[in-house]
Amino acid sequence: MTYLYSFIFVGLVSALGQLILDNTKLTPGHITSIFVVVGAFLDIFNIYDHIINFVGAGAMVPITSFGHSLIHGALAKTSEMGLSGILMGMFDLTSAGIISAIIFSFAFSLIFNSKD
Amino acid sequence: MDRIKYKHIVDKYKSDENKIINLVISFLIGGLVGAISVGLTDLYSYILDIPSKDATTFMIVTLIIISCLFTALGFFDKWVTFAKCGLIIPITGFAHSMMSSSLEFKKEGFIYGIGSNMFKLAGSVIVYGVVSASLFGTIRYVFFGG
Repeated sequence: MTYLYSFIFVGLVSALGQLILDNTKLTPGHITSIFVVVGAFLDIFNIYDHIINFVGAGAMVPITSFGHSLIHGALAKTSEMGLSGILMGMFDLTSAGIISAIIFSFAFSLIFNSKD
Repeated sequence: MDRIKYKHIVDKYKSDENKIINLVISFLIGGLVGAISVGLTDLYSYILDIPSKDATTFMIVTLIIISCLFTALGFFDKWVTFAKCGLIIPITGFAHSMMSSSLEFKKEGFIYGIGSNMFKLAGSVIVYGVVSASLFGTIRYVFFGG
């Protein structure tokens, strides 16, 4: 059942992005930035947590979950060291994604050349 | 004859911009990426015998490696042109933007090419993610207690 829920959720988020892309002058860069901010905003009231509990792993795939992971890493550290935990723990949960993207982008750009 | 030919050419380029078809395609491709990610998570949690929450990290890293490799091999650009937001909104779009900008500027050298242009497109995601997460995180810490 998580397969179906994930299919529908990721599909709906992508279709929403496509709807914004087609009907406004915003570029994909604007849309991904807006979605990250929306993902962080939804977490003030724990809304994105409920979505992840309901949908499962598929909810971690859209870029909205990047904002969610940032705010959750920050808040997990605040329980240990107060407000300064926001500075210390911001990248705790997202570092795997960012670091692997940097390493593999660098490694593949050493090996391959641009096609056009 | 020329008019028919002209109409034919116009229709050929018009059909690319059909909004409803774009919507359906991005829904289907985005949904497919979501379903594949659940499959990968189940696979990793079964093989490595770890809880599915840890397996999602491996799943995200796998998606990033795949989209970086396919971008470097040259055919992911065509997929993104076809699927648009179906591949831009998932984490594949983040990896694709980093990989394509570092490949594009490779000829300008290691420091000013790859090094300073890798986050040309993906940087805005990180900047606005961090700014908004620290603002909303502070609000939540102060008003809801973390």
